[in-house]
Amino acid sequence: MTIRTAITVNGKETSREVEARTLLVHYLREELSLTGTHVGCDTSNCGACTVLLDGEAVKSCTVLAAQVHDCNITTIEGAAQADGSFSPVQEGFRQEHGLQCGFCTPGMLVRSYRLLQENPNPTEEEIRVGISGNLCRCTGYQNIVKAVQSAARKLQEAATATA
Amino acid sequence: MNAPTDTAEARELALAGMGASRLRKEDARFIQGKGNYVDDLKLPGMLHMDIVRAPVAHARIKKINKEAALAMPGVHAVLTADDLKPLKLHWMPTLAGDVAAVLADEKVHFQMQEVAIVIADDRYIAADAVEAVEVEYEELPVVMDPFEALKPDAPVLREDLAGKTEGAHGKREHHNHIFTWEAGDKAAADAAFDAAPVKVSQHMYYPRVHPCPLETCGCVANFDPIRGELTTHITSQAPHVVRTVVSLLSGIPESKVRIISPDIGGGFGNKVGIYPGYVCVIVASIVLGRPVKWVEDRIENISSTAFARDYHMDGELAATSDGKILGLRVNVVADHGAFDACADPTKFPAGLFHICSGSYDVPAAHASVKGVYTNKAPGGVAYRCSFRVTEAVYLIERMVDVLAQKLGMDKAEIRAKNFIKKEQFPYTSAFGFEYDSGDYHTALQKVLDAVDYKGLRAEQAAKRADPNSPTLMGIGLVTFTEVVGAGPSKMCDILGVGMFDSCEIRVHPTGSAIARMGTITQGQGHQTTYAQIIATELGIPSEVIQVEEGDTSTAPYGLGTYGSRSTPVAGAAIALAARKIHAKAKKIAAHLLEVNEGDLDWEVDRFKVKGDDAKFKTMAEISWAAYNQPPEGLEPGLEAVHYYDPPNFTYPFGIYLCVVDIDRATGETKIRRFYALDDCGTRINPMIIEGQIHGGLTEGFAVAMGQQMPFDAQGNLMGNTLMDYFLPTAVETPKWETDFTVTPSPHHPIGAKGVAESPHVGSIPTFTSAIVDAFSHLGVTHLDMPHSSYRLWKSLREHGAAL
Repeated sequence: MTIRTAITVNGKETSREVEARTLLVHYLREELSLTGTHVGCDTSNCGACTVLLDGEAVKSCTVLAAQVHDCNITTIEGAAQADGSFSPVQEGFRQEHGLQCGFCTPGMLVRSYRLLQENPNPTEEEIRVGISGNLCRCTGYQNIVKAVQSAARKLQEAATATA
Repeated sequence: MNAPTDTAEARELALAGMGASRLRKEDARFIQGKGNYVDDLKLPGMLHMDIVRAPVAHARIKKINKEAALAMPGVHAVLTADDLKPLKLHWMPTLAGDVAAVLADEKVHFQMQEVAIVIADDRYIAADAVEAVEVEYEELPVVMDPFEALKPDAPVLREDLAGKTEGAHGKREHHNHIFTWEAGDKAAADAAFDAAPVKVSQHMYYPRVHPCPLETCGCVANFDPIRGELTTHITSQAPHVVRTVVSLLSGIPESKVRIISPDIGGGFGNKVGIYPGYVCVIVASIVLGRPVKWVEDRIENISSTAFARDYHMDGELAATSDGKILGLRVNVVADHGAFDACADPTKFPAGLFHICSGSYDVPAAHASVKGVYTNKAPGGVAYRCSFRVTEAVYLIERMVDVLAQKLGMDKAEIRAKNFIKKEQFPYTSAFGFEYDSGDYHTALQKVLDAVDYKGLRAEQAAKRADPNSPTLMGIGLVTFTEVVGAGPSKMCDILGVGMFDSCEIRVHPTGSAIARMGTITQGQGHQTTYAQIIATELGIPSEVIQVEEGDTSTAPYGLGTYGSRSTPVAGAAIALAARKIHAKAKKIAAHLLEVNEGDLDWEVDRFKVKGDDAKFKTMAEISWAAYNQPPEGLEPGLEAVHYYDPPNFTYPFGIYLCVVDIDRATGETKIRRFYALDDCGTRINPMIIEGQIHGGLTEGFAVAMGQQMPFDAQGNLMGNTLMDYFLPTAVETPKWETDFTVTPSPHHPIGAKGVAESPHVGSIPTFTSAIVDAFSHLGVTHLDMPHSSYRLWKSLREHGAAL
C-alpha cells in the first residue's frame, strides 16, 4: 500500500508517494538523499537518527513518514544559521572536540540544539540527562558536555546582545 | 628588521605542527551532516541484499526452499551455499589459518549464522523475502562451554575438519581443539615456583564482549562486467588487505579491484575482519552485474560479527616474602567460537598475550593458551586494543593485586618494588619482548601525589571502621604497559603480508601538499594529526596539507588501522617520507642560494645560509623551484614514498587510579574519581589525545561495569540489541581526569608510541581493582566482570556486607 505524504523538510516542501510502512529516517535518507541522519540500531536506543519534528527532538527510525504528513522536519542539514555559517551548537562541537567518528554527531547536535531551547542554561547534570537518549561510542561525552555548555554561553550572549 | 610575525617562534606556531591542539579538519563535514559513510552511497541501479540467518546454534540443514521468496515481486535472487559451491566461494579462509563458511554448508555452527542471501530492489522487499525463505533444520547438541567442548565425548562441531590432526598452529589434540600456543620458559618458571616461599593463584573469566561501533558493518559492491572491474565501498579498518583477499578469492586481478573505506562510524576492532556478508554482496554484484548494497542491522552486528575476549584465565605468581616477584605462570582456555577467525598476526594465535608480565621485572614466566571451538559466533578481535593485550594486562594487574593482598602489602608499594627500572630500558622480558622505554616510578608517584593516595587510604580505613557506613569504598590502581604498533615484519604478517605501513607525500608547486596513507581513520583524526607531523618535518602549514586514506587505487599499500598501529607505524612512514623530501629540498635550496648543502641550516620552514640570516629559501620558494628550476642532474618534482617496517613494537604505559563507593543496600557503584596518567611518548595533538583517552576510558567503563554477551545453554544470545547490551549514556559515564608524562620511544622517528587503546586496556582492570579493593577486607581476592549492581548486590550479601 502506498500513501502520498507532504512533509516540509528544512524549510522545503517535499511530497512523495511512499509505501505506508516507510520509516521517516528512510524517507529522509533514501527519498530525499539527506544522508546526515543515521541509523545505528533497530530499537530506538542510539539516537543517531534524531531529527526535529515540529520543533521536538524525535528518533526518526520510530516514526513513519506517513505520520508526519503536513509536519515540519529539521535535520542536521538544516542546522546551520540562515547565512550558512555554523550555528553555536555546531561551533561548540568543533571547538570543544565534541566528535570523533562523526556517526552520532548529527543526532547529538540536533538533540543538543533542542535541549538548549528547552533549557537555555542547563547545569552539567541537566546536559547529561538531556542527551542521554543519544549514544556516542567515541568521545566519552565529556567534550560533548563542554560543547553544549559552550553553545549555551554563545546563545545567551547573542540573546543578551539583541535584548 | 623582521616583523614580530616573522620570528622563528611565530612561524612555528603558524604551522600548527606537532604539539599543537589543532582543531580537527574532519569536523566541518560531520557537523553539517556531510559525512560519507557506506550506507550513504546510492548508485544507479543498485540492489539491496539481506541475509537469512539461523535461529538455532547447531543444526543440520535439511532443506532450503527459495520458491516463495523468488516469487515475490522485486526479488532478483536467492543464493545458498550450493549456489556458491561452483565458484568455490561457499567457504573462505580466515585470518587465523582456519576456514569459515560464507553461507552455512549443510550445517549451522552458531545462532544467526548466514544461511542464504536475498537480493531485491530495496531493503524492505529484501527483508520481506528473508522471511519467505523456508529452511528446515535438524537440531544437534549445542556446546557453549569450551571446557565441555574438550571432553572426549563432546559433539563434533567441525565435521569439515574430520581427521585433521594438524592445524595452522600445530597439533590438534581433540576434535574441538584448535591450537595450544606457548610462550616463555616452562622449566625456568616451574623452578622459580618450586623455590619460592610465596605463591598465589587466581582463576578469572574475561567475558565475551562486542566492540559495537555505532555504525554497523556494510558494503556496496559494484562489478562492472564490461571493464571487468570491481569497486567496493566497505566498512573496513584494513582496505588494502581486503583488496588482496578479494582478488585471491575472486580471481579478479588486484589491479582491477578497488576497495574504498570511506568515513567509518567507529571500528574498535569490529571492522578488521572479512565477513561473509562482504563476500556475498560482492558475489551478488558479480552474478547480477549490478551494484548491490548490504548494511547489517544492530542485532546482526552484535550476534554475528567479531566479538572480543572470552578468555578463561588461571594466573599464578611466585614471590619472596617481601613481595619481589620471582615467577609467573598463566594458563588460558580461549573460546574462539565456531571458526577460528581471530584477527591476529599470523604467527600469534593468542595475539601479543605474552605481554602479560606487564610493567614488572619478572625473571621467569610461562604462558599457555588453548583455543577451542564452541557453537558461538567466530571472531576474536582486539576490541580497542592490540591483539589480546587487554586480556594480558587484566591478568597481570589482577595477579599483582592478589599477591599484595596475600602479603598484606599496599598495591602501590608492591608495584614500585617490582617495576622495571628506568635504567633497565631497553628491557627484555621473560617472554622475549624488548620494551623500548619507560619511567614507571616517576609516573606512579605523580598519580599518588595528585590524588592524595595516603589520604584516600585513611578515609577508607575510617569507613571500614564504621559499621553503619552506607558504602564500601574501594581504590583501584593499575600500572600497565602495552605493546602496540604491530609490527616488525620479521615477526608480524597478515596472510603473509608484512605489517609495515606506508605514506606518499606530494608537495605541489605552490607549496601545499597531499599525503596518502595505508591506514584509515575511524574517528582518530588522522587527517588532522598526520598533517601536523608533515608540518613540523617540512615547514608547510598543516592547514594546506590534505591527508587521504582508504582508497586502494590512490593510497600506497598499508595494513590499516587497529592495534594502535597508525602513529607507531604509519606515523613513522610519514616522518621518513617527509625527510626524503626535506633532503631533496635542501639540494634545491643550496642550488638556489649558490652554496653547498653543508652551508645550510634548517629553521622551521626554510633553509638559511649559516651566518647570514638574510639569505634563505622558504619551503614555498623551494617547492616552486622544484617544478621549474631544479639543479642539474636532479629530477623535477617534490614527492616521496616511504614504506616503514618498524624495528620493534612500541610500549606505551599508564598509571590509572579509581575510587569507587558501592552502595551497601543496592550494589550500585559510584565512580567517585578516575585519574588516568598516560605516557604515549611524543604527543602530536594534545586535544585529540585527551579525546581518545576519554573515549577509551568510557569503553573500558562499559566493559568492566556492564558489557557481556550472555548465552543460554541452547546457544541463544540473550542480549543482542542496544536495549540489553550495555553502551553507557552520558548519565552513567564517569568524569575523567587526565594527566601525562612523556617518555619518547627511542626507535621511532618522532618518538611517538600510540595512545588510543591504552585507556581501554588500562581502565578495565582499574575498575575491577577498585571493586575488589572495596571487598578486600572481607577476604575477597577477585570478582569477575561485569560489575553490575545486581552482581555486586549478590556479592555484598554473600560476604555479609549488605545493609
